[in-house]
Amino acid sequence: MNINLTLIGQLIAFVAFVAFCMRFVWPPIMAAMLERQNKIADGLAAADRAGHDLEIAQQQVAEQLTEAKKEAAVIVEAANKRAQAVVEEAKQAATAEADRVKTAASAEIEQERARAQEQLMSQVSALALAGAEKVLGAEIDADKHADILKTLSADNG
Amino acid sequence: MAANGDNQTVSEYIVHHLTNLTYGKLPEGFEREDGTVVSAGGQWTLAHGPNEMSVMGFNAVHVDSMLWSVGLGLIFCWLFRRVAVQASADTPSGWINFVEMVVEFVDGTVKDTFHGRNPLIAPLALTIFVWVFMMNLMDLIPVDLIPHTLMLVGVDYQKIVPSTDPNITMGMAIGVFVLMLFYSIKVKGFGFVKELTLNPFNHPLFIPVNLFMEVVGLLAKPFSLGLRLFGNMYAGEMIFILIAALFSVGIFWMLPAALLQVGWAIFHILVITLQAFIFMVLTIVYLSMAHEDH
Repeated sequence: MNINLTLIGQLIAFVAFVAFCMRFVWPPIMAAMLERQNKIADGLAAADRAGHDLEIAQQQVAEQLTEAKKEAAVIVEAANKRAQAVVEEAKQAATAEADRVKTAASAEIEQERARAQEQLMSQVSALALAGAEKVLGAEIDADKHADILKTLSADNG
Repeated sequence: MAANGDNQTVSEYIVHHLTNLTYGKLPEGFEREDGTVVSAGGQWTLAHGPNEMSVMGFNAVHVDSMLWSVGLGLIFCWLFRRVAVQASADTPSGWINFVEMVVEFVDGTVKDTFHGRNPLIAPLALTIFVWVFMMNLMDLIPVDLIPHTLMLVGVDYQKIVPSTDPNITMGMAIGVFVLMLFYSIKVKGFGFVKELTLNPFNHPLFIPVNLFMEVVGLLAKPFSLGLRLFGNMYAGEMIFILIAALFSVGIFWMLPAALLQVGWAIFHILVITLQAFIFMVLTIVYLSMAHEDH
């Protein structure tokens, strides 16, 4: 338990080892650890950001979906309206056509009827003339009596 | 773990275990154990026996303490330097991981206690912690293993736990003390003198009293630092030796002694770590005080 030169030797060794540690051991290890710390922090921040981005993207997707749905609804509605309009138009056209056809038919009928009446009238007048000839026993000059006959037929018409 | 000589007493065994391998200067005219007389101008030689050691006085070196201490220090430098070279921001593994854990622990302790900015403190604390721990760790090697083996090849004495040598612990404590003085003067300048003279009684009349109290307090620091470690390790080593001495008492003591040896070794794992930690923390605290103005 003597105090001797060992004390000085240990002091020198102590200084040497501390100097070595301070110069060659501590700084590189701390630098590496700090670098890793930053790397991990960056990684975590990036992960956070990615999560945030995902959230935003999901929100956007939802918004776009809603918008698309709305648009679709509008389009369907427009289509429905258009279809109704087309049906309505077609109906109107059909009605108009039908009216037209009906009118044409009734006009024709009227014409036919008039023609038949005229024919009939002329036949009746001929018959009446023939009957009157027979009754009178005399010949009736058709040309002479034409205006009478015409009046007659006009009366009967 | 029987004592080395058959006719050796227990007390001889214990004393032998507590003696360092000493290389020193014998004074002129000293008669050595083998009868030779030291020639003029003295002689540097390995000491044989406690008598020669005490005659050598301050002009001696504990070769065993020095070699083990420096060797362990070199191992520390080598192990940690390897990590410093390999360390990168990639995933650490194995030994790198362990070293980084220790570095981080020391860094945390320093940051908790030392609030100034000084690039020396943390590496100093790391060196102290690991080096002292390794020196203390030698205590866990069975007490007779290395001394007895070396005795077979002709080395008389061998104390393998450097921290049971007050020269070693005080050498480090003095290193810390010098740093304390250096930073006290560097940081506080004249304030350091004021601190020594005007504390705790701030009056010119009390300067001698203050100076006496403060200087005693200041000088007590390196002693408390060095002697605490020495005392704890010396006592621990002593108990290992005493338990080892039990083996020579009789065959019935073999098993209890073995159990005691194991038990004390397990407990000692705590002690050596704690003592290394205390030495480191006290160093940080003292240097922190040297940096702070009251």
